This record gives sequence, C-alpha cells and structure tokens, in this order.
Amino acid sequence: MERVNETREKILEIIKSPSLTHEQKVTNLAGQADSLMEVLDLPEGLDELLNAPGEAQCICDLSEGHAPMRPRYIVPDYEKFMKEGSCFLQLAPPTDLYEALDHLLILYKHVPSVTNYPVFVGHLDRLLEPFIDTVEEAQAKKLLKMFMTHIDRTVLDSFSHANIGPAPTKAGRLLLEVEAELENAVPNLTLKYEEGVTDDAFMLKAIDCALHSAKPSFANHAMFRSELTEDYVIASCYNGLPLGGGSYTLCRLILGNIAKRSSGIQDFEENQLPYVMDIMARYMDERIRFEVEESGFFENNFLAKEGLIHRDRFTAMFGLVGLADCVNLLLEKEGKSGRFGHDENANDLGVEIMEIIQKFNDAHVNPYCEVTGGHFLLHAQVGLAEDQNVTPGTRIPIGEEPEELIDQLLVLSRFHKYFPSGTGDIFSIDLTVHKNPEYVLDIIKGAFKKDLRYLSFYSSDSDVIRVTGYLVKRSEMEKLDQGLAVLQDTTALGLGASKNGHILERKVR
Amino acid sequence: MKAVVNRIIPFSSVDGPGNRTAIFLQGCNINCKYCHNPETRGLCIGCGSCVEQCPVGALSRTAEGRIRYDASKCVQCDTCIHVCPHDSSPRTWEMSPEEAYEKVKRQIPFIRGITVSGGECMLQPDFLLELFRLAGKDGLTTMIDSNGTIPFWEFPELLSVTDGVMLDIKAFGAKEHQRITEASNDTVLKNAVYLAEQSKLYEVRCVIVPDLYDAEQSIRDMGKFLAPYLKIREFRIKIIAYRPMGVREAYSHYRIPGREYLDSLADILREYGFRDIVMI
Repeated sequence: MERVNETREKILEIIKSPSLTHEQKVTNLAGQADSLMEVLDLPEGLDELLNAPGEAQCICDLSEGHAPMRPRYIVPDYEKFMKEGSCFLQLAPPTDLYEALDHLLILYKHVPSVTNYPVFVGHLDRLLEPFIDTVEEAQAKKLLKMFMTHIDRTVLDSFSHANIGPAPTKAGRLLLEVEAELENAVPNLTLKYEEGVTDDAFMLKAIDCALHSAKPSFANHAMFRSELTEDYVIASCYNGLPLGGGSYTLCRLILGNIAKRSSGIQDFEENQLPYVMDIMARYMDERIRFEVEESGFFENNFLAKEGLIHRDRFTAMFGLVGLADCVNLLLEKEGKSGRFGHDENANDLGVEIMEIIQKFNDAHVNPYCEVTGGHFLLHAQVGLAEDQNVTPGTRIPIGEEPEELIDQLLVLSRFHKYFPSGTGDIFSIDLTVHKNPEYVLDIIKGAFKKDLRYLSFYSSDSDVIRVTGYLVKRSEMEKLDQGLAVLQDTTALGLGASKNGHILERKVR
Repeated sequence: MKAVVNRIIPFSSVDGPGNRTAIFLQGCNINCKYCHNPETRGLCIGCGSCVEQCPVGALSRTAEGRIRYDASKCVQCDTCIHVCPHDSSPRTWEMSPEEAYEKVKRQIPFIRGITVSGGECMLQPDFLLELFRLAGKDGLTTMIDSNGTIPFWEFPELLSVTDGVMLDIKAFGAKEHQRITEASNDTVLKNAVYLAEQSKLYEVRCVIVPDLYDAEQSIRDMGKFLAPYLKIREFRIKIIAYRPMGVREAYSHYRIPGREYLDSLADILREYGFRDIVMI
C-alpha cells in the first residue's frame, strides 16, 4: 500500500506540473501505472544491481518499465508501405508527392516505441525519389519543408531518425537544402556514407547542412553493411538495427560503478564484470520473452499483421556506459598512472575490457534474436540526462579530450568497431570551417578508413546542437530553464545533460 | 639538410584545400608590421634572455651555448616569445625533411596534403623539395604559403612537385608595400604572374588594415592586374581582416575592418571577374 500511495503522489505531481505539456504528462502517467506491475520473472541478484541508488547501480534499463508492451525500437519497412499502402489505415499506395508525404505523416502517428513516437521515420530519399518529379522542384521543396516541419512539431522527441544515402538523389539533395534552412531539432538525420558511392558534391551539401543544423551525422555504410547486411537503418540516437524489425530492449552496464565493486583489474575482469553481465543478459532475456510470448504485440499490432515489421527481424541491444570511468578507476586502484584517451596502457585496458564484453555477448544465445545470429548487439549508450560522472559509451570525457583531434580519432578507432547497434562521437567545429567544408570531408573519409563507425559535427555557434546523440536547440533549453513549457521531450534531457554532462563545453575543433 | 621548425599543426582547416598538416618554418626576410606570429621571424642566436624568465624551468642552456627546450615542462604561457629580443622562439626543432615527414605521416589518411608556411618557407627551398617528394610518394598534395619575395622561377624543380602556392600580396602599391613590410613587392608581383602562368597560383591573400594603407585602392589595382590570368586557371582571393591577436604591441592598435568594408572589397573583385572570394 505504501508503494501505491507513493505512486499516487507522483501521479498528482505529474498532473499538476507547470512545465510538462499534455503529451508529456500522458507519457509520464503511463510510466507510473506500469511501475506497479510485477509480471517479469526477474533473475536473482538483479534488484541489488538495478535498483540501488547512485553509485551502486550497475545495470540500468533506461525507463523501459515493468511490463514491456512493445519493443523498445520499432523500425517499419516504409518502402513496403509505400508500395502496398495499408489495410488497417485504409490507405492505397501513394501516386504523387502530395500523397507520399501525407501517407508517411499518417503512418508515423501509429508507430510505437519506448518514447511513444517513431524512432525511425524512413530512408526518406529512397521513399520519396519515385515521387519527386511529380511536381515542380520549387513545389517539391516547399512540400518537403512543410513535411519536415510537421515532423518537428508533432514527433515530440529527438530520438527519431531519418536516413539518406549512400547514393546521391534529387530527393536527398532537396532534403539537405530544406534541413539547412529549417534548423529543426527533429528528426535526427543520418547520411550513410561510402566512398565511391556517395559523391563529394553530395557530401559537401550534407556537411554544409550539418554546420547549419547539426545534422546529418555520417555513418560508415561499408562497416554497418558488413555486419547487418544492406537492410539496416540508423534509428533513435545512432542505433544500427535491422530494417523491418528493431530492438526488443536496451539495457546498459554502468562500467564505472562495476569497477567500484572491484578490488582491482583482475577482480573486475574475472568476477564482477562477468557476474553483472550474466544478470543483465538474463534480465534482457526475460523482457524479450514477455514481449514475444505474452504481450501479444506481434500477434495483434497492424504493423506486424501487414508485414511492415517481422518478429524474427528484432534483436536486442546490450549496452554499456562509462568505459573511461571504469579504466581510470581500475588503474587508480592498482596504483598505476594513466588516463583513458591519453595513455597507451589505459587505452589498452579499455580494449581488453571490450574484448571480454564482446566474448561474453558472442557466447550468450537468445532464441528470439535470429536476425543477429541469436546474439544481442553491443551498444555504446550515450547516457541519460540525470547521469553524473558517467561518461557516454566509450567516449573520452568532455573536458579531457586530447589537445589534437588526430590523437582523439586514433583512440576512437580502437573502439567503434565493437558496436554494430551504435556508437558515435561528436565534434564541435570552429566557424572558419564554413569556408572549407572539405576539411570535414577529409576527416570523415579518413575516419571511416580507420574503422570509425559514426561521426557528428556541429558548428560551435549553432542554435541546434547535438547533446549526446539527439539534438536540441539552445534557445529551447534556455526557455525550459526559466520554467516555461517546451514542445519536445528531449529539451529537458538536453538541459539535464548540459548541467550534469557539460555538453556545452566540448572542445572546439 | 635541416630546417628549423617552429610548429606543426596536425589538422588545419585554414591552410589550403581540405584538411592539411601545416608546417611552420622559422625565419623570415621581411618585417610586416601586423605580423600575427612575430616569434617565427628570427633565428635563435642563443642569447639566453628567455631562460631565466621561464616560470617553470622548461628552458636551459647547453654546453654549446644553445637553448634546450623541455616540452614536457612547458605550460604554453608564451613568456619566452614575449621576452625574446630577436623575434624568435626557443620552442623550435631542427628537423631533416625525413624527420618532419614522420610527423606528417601520423595524420594519414585523415589529411589530403601538407602546407608549408612560416616565417618564409621559401628561404629553405631544398628542405621543401625533399619534404614534398616524400609527401608526393604517399599521394599527399603539397602547398607553399609564401610572402612572394623569393623568385619562384629560380626553383622549377621545387615547383614541379608543388601543387599550389598561396601568395601574399600585402599591398599593390610599391611604396605601401615598402611601408608595411620594409621590402619591395617587385618580385611579389612577378611571382604572381609567373605562378598564374604556370597554373600554380592557388590563392592570393590580402590582409586588410585600413589604418595602414589604402586597401580599397590596392584591391582595385590588384584585381585589374590579376584578372587576365583567371582564364588560365581560376584562383582564390582570400581577404583577411586584420586582428590584433599575436601582433607585437607597437602595432596592435589598428582598427579591425568591419564586415561591410570587406564586402565592398569583394564587390570590387567581383567586378573584375573573380568568383572564388573568401573573407575571414
């Protein structure tokens, strides 16, 4: 009863909140209702690792709730929808650009996810290219502008992602021009890049767009394709996932806190880390079992019924944060010098830890992750707004970036390869680069040759900035900081991250 | 063969096309009042003025009377270059072309080329030739950033391994150039023509200091002079606003030209047919 009363208090707080919009209240209320459920058969030992406060918490399930009623990330096959329409939505296949855009906007309102908004809105260039010449170019641009603005104002969460590339298209080019003008935070945008397929002129357009609106980000297409086949997408923050499927769940290891439980490197590697990984994997197994076997989602949701998603194209994301924190603490405990990102011994220890995690993941089998060989995919999670002293994924902490960008890139090149379901680094770029976008192009080309997976850039004076993976506007954060309600959920997360994660203090390159 | 290297910037976005490693050689033959890195002008004579003033003991004298610099102790406070009576710096390295190129290699494949600047790098053409040969073998492009006072036509071999030159025209009028730099611009203008004819002129750079010379007239005359060569190979004009950062105190009082003024200069150049104009 105590728990019920506590929940009631929280519910009332939400109802009365002056800074939540109606939609944000509804989402939070649902979370409170869900928190009273106890339907999962939880592994022994989980409670202590998952629900411990602050520095003792070693596993985090990123607010997925107690009774998962749908997969965390859902990636519909929008191309099929464009070809066949939808019975459930009573839509015939579109015949021109007007209908194509309208149909997509309708479908977005019916694509669930952990945020209640679609985390993936399609390969927009591929989807729209067949219709782009059904109207004059100026008209097409105006329609795209309205379409992108519609998404920004109704998909109220930056964990929403559109893809373009790798080949240049007219639709892709127009989208980049429109996005550079709009400077909106939503949706997130990724250009899949492959040297020889994506031409330089298209890339320079994309880089120009990125310096105006902090997007697109750039994905190493050859690398993703080799792991996930051609049929993959970048969704949510930067998550590589199978098209027509997605991810059931994402949990993360808080490596810094696992290091705190350890007496030293050996204890960490042989006892503490394996213990926590085993419990997290079994917790994920149980969440997946409930979604697949009990929730009824895959039997009843029209996306599954109409073949826009397939149960056997879902996988799960085995996440981690704080590799830097973990390495630094373990070296300290051993009385050794060395900082992650700077010293070879520290970076080597980071690689050693990643190898252990990868080996564990390769050995763990889940019957419902067929699409990825029965295994989860590793994911370098970008952090939460409330994280304090937790470094995202395998990043070098903000404020500790090596003086020279080349040194930072060479460290990153050792870690990106472990994470098919997403990792990435963000660079704040000096204004003068607007005059020389080839500078960014050269860095991207070099980085992808050196096994980097995913890069984001923004101009140091831009209003739209990348927080950890998602985008927010500085101007909107300022409004929220003054107690005013703002449209998008992620503005609050950005504000938290700017206070706790120092994201406004990134080294300018 | 060795050169004194003041600094190597691994990634530079402002020293030519794309991302480049920029190498700054020590020593210059002219004296621009607004020089932004005056500590690259002179060669160290080992006078030792900087040694005692270093607050962290990063400098010492060797038995041979030279200055030894310990980079691991240095806190980059710049005291040494401010107290140097010879516009020099103790924080330099003598390097062979091979040694300098080792420092470049680390940036492959992130860079498309190298740019050598100064000081005045054309004072050490043999070093450049060797360095550029090494870079060319790895497919890197090579650029020279020069004040134009050394005749390029005397170094055809170097030019054959050079992809482009970024040439300063500090003023078009002879007297004004003399006043700004204490040197004649005869060779500078001849170089501009020669390089343009050889298709090696990548960029002409003009620092705009309205207090120091008539920039508008200079840009007008220069535009007229260079316009005929655009048809050989288009080149860029970079209009650089004077800024006091790094400038010696005696010359750090000039007005910074406004955006509008710079735009009007660009308009003049456009009238002459220049299309690639960059303002920074």
